[in-house]
Amino acid sequence: MSPHVTRRDLLLGAAAFGVPAILAGCSNPATRTTAPTSTAAAGRGVVTIGSNASDEIPKKSLDEVTKAFTSHDVKINTVDHNTFQENINRYLRGTPDDVFTWFAGYRMQFFAAQGLATDISDVWTEIGGDYTDAFKAASTGADGKQYFVPFTYYPWAVFYRKSLWQEKGYTPPATLDDLVALAKKMKADGLVPIAFADKDGWPAMGTFDILNMRINGYDFHINLMAGQEAWTDPKVKQVFDTWRGLMDYHQPAALGRTWQEAGQSLAQKKTGMYLLGMFVAQQFPEADRGDIDFFTFPEVNPQFGTDSIDAPIDGYMISSKAKNVEGAKQLLKHLGQASSQNIATKLDPGTLAASSKADTSGYSDLQKRGAELVSQAKHIAQFLDRDTRPDFASTVMIPSLQRFVGKPNDIDGLLKDIEKQKVNIFTS
Amino acid sequence: MTIRDRLLIFVGLGLAIAADLFLIWGPTLASVGLSTTDWDGISAINVVGAENYHDLAAEYPPFWSAVTNNLLWLAFLGLVATPLGLLFAVLLDRRLRFSRVYQSALYTPVVLSLAVVGFIAQLVYSSDYGVLNAVTGLTTDWLGDPSLNIWVVMVAAAWRHIGYVMIIYLAGLKAVDPSLKEAAAIDGANEAQAFFRVVFPTLRPINVIVLVITVIEALRAFDIVYAINKGRNGLELLSVLVTENIVGEASRIGFGSAIATVLLVISLGFIVTYLTQLFREPR
Repeated sequence: MSPHVTRRDLLLGAAAFGVPAILAGCSNPATRTTAPTSTAAAGRGVVTIGSNASDEIPKKSLDEVTKAFTSHDVKINTVDHNTFQENINRYLRGTPDDVFTWFAGYRMQFFAAQGLATDISDVWTEIGGDYTDAFKAASTGADGKQYFVPFTYYPWAVFYRKSLWQEKGYTPPATLDDLVALAKKMKADGLVPIAFADKDGWPAMGTFDILNMRINGYDFHINLMAGQEAWTDPKVKQVFDTWRGLMDYHQPAALGRTWQEAGQSLAQKKTGMYLLGMFVAQQFPEADRGDIDFFTFPEVNPQFGTDSIDAPIDGYMISSKAKNVEGAKQLLKHLGQASSQNIATKLDPGTLAASSKADTSGYSDLQKRGAELVSQAKHIAQFLDRDTRPDFASTVMIPSLQRFVGKPNDIDGLLKDIEKQKVNIFTS
Repeated sequence: MTIRDRLLIFVGLGLAIAADLFLIWGPTLASVGLSTTDWDGISAINVVGAENYHDLAAEYPPFWSAVTNNLLWLAFLGLVATPLGLLFAVLLDRRLRFSRVYQSALYTPVVLSLAVVGFIAQLVYSSDYGVLNAVTGLTTDWLGDPSLNIWVVMVAAAWRHIGYVMIIYLAGLKAVDPSLKEAAAIDGANEAQAFFRVVFPTLRPINVIVLVITVIEALRAFDIVYAINKGRNGLELLSVLVTENIVGEASRIGFGSAIATVLLVISLGFIVTYLTQLFREPR
């Protein structure tokens, strides 16, 4: 080339160097905003946390909790909640943080089985005494080792407004027949009995879960989620049949409504009750939150009673590529302490502390009732999209349940389609 | 040509070709290759042949609704929105009173991204809080009813597309020599004849641009349905299914690549037709 650098040369050069730069820019899909929370003096090593706590309250509570962890510096990388979830595969295979927020159950086991998480059984020998067996089982991988430390959780139940129920003289139903009778009464009183929304795709999973566990029991539910039972089984059909029988009492046009809108209809006393997680309280004005109460979904099959509920557990894991494993384990022990979890439950009234040693005296009435409900449950499920493979939950179950909600009458065809896709996904 | 020129051509063209191969054809062929595997992004890659395509066509209900919706989208934009855009352009070209006002009213939606149009559509169509139901007193679930929602969403997309097409045609119409129209009028042509026989043929280059824009808009449609309900329940589109399977937590990269390949084949059909038309012309 000529010794004179022309404009064209410059452009070519820019193109040549620009391309790799663009590629490098693309290779890191999880754009992260860094909010370092440094504690005390430096020089003792840093533990990084990849956090999906992008909402204000959970973010603040993680900040508070890690402030009390003094043996290492903690750096929190917060990513938008959904983005974090959608990028989890690439994140864990790329350059993950030492500790990351995740969910208990199959969704944890899935990544543990891929070798993307660090075995923390030694942490559990120390904190194990603080947790019930149900929590330990939810933290254990398919290989029998622990990979997860539970932090907070929230139960699913049927929520209602005490004042409305007192005024109309409603009482919590104990059986499915009672529920139908109550719904009929509400309809006669001009209410929509059961608030319902499934525009987001996942809320209907809650209804499926609870009906399946009430009708067929926890073990069948978990096996079904693990791909070991056929969706064409008459037992599954019975779940959808029962659900179809209740559809008349559900809020119509559910596929165009978000759970927030359905929650507001409950707050405004337009609907009578709503099966959802305890976070439904967020849709109530502060002053009305004391008016929220709930009951567990009534018994359908006496063999199982009301022994199981959905109560998804959020917690922490260590990535297999962690740089500071020792520090990460210490941080996990800190997060597993009842005192740490109490900081979170105080800030976020929609959650409960996972540790059995947690101090419940500071709980709101709703939290106390929630803790009581969970302690009575023999089995705790994690929610459909956490109890099964992520690809099955998002690409098969969301469209399928929406199809059922839209057209509740074609159950056989629906179940056949689900089964075919299940076989594809679980055998791949 | 001096050596320097040759060198520059070689480097300049070579880089462009290399970048094109590397950035466009490389990933394209990689997708086609991956579509014959069951890769989940983590474990080893297994070749499964055409199984993904079989599963798609036979066992994945959202696939066919996505194909139908994409074609419907194309037909709606091509046969309804684009002609309407042309009609408005012709009307505005006649220098009506307040034509500036009409023009800006029709053009304003174009500056919005389709995702924003999606959010606006929700304010209009929501069954509980939407303007449409509030004004008409209906209780229709516009966005939740899978037999209905694609139509109202296409209307929202067309709202934007019409303005886009209109402004392009308006520019084209302004450039048509007025003496052509006068000559047609003197020869006794009525207005419709003058437009279809004389003006429209001179717009040919514009027509090609508009056609290409319409096809591209129809095939890349994504943001509006994703903003509304993540492209589910009646609003499936191929682009959404690709994203849902590959980008989401699901990581069904092989399966998603097969959907992407189907979208590629459909796109290639239009691109090849267009290019052959274009290159045949001068001869």
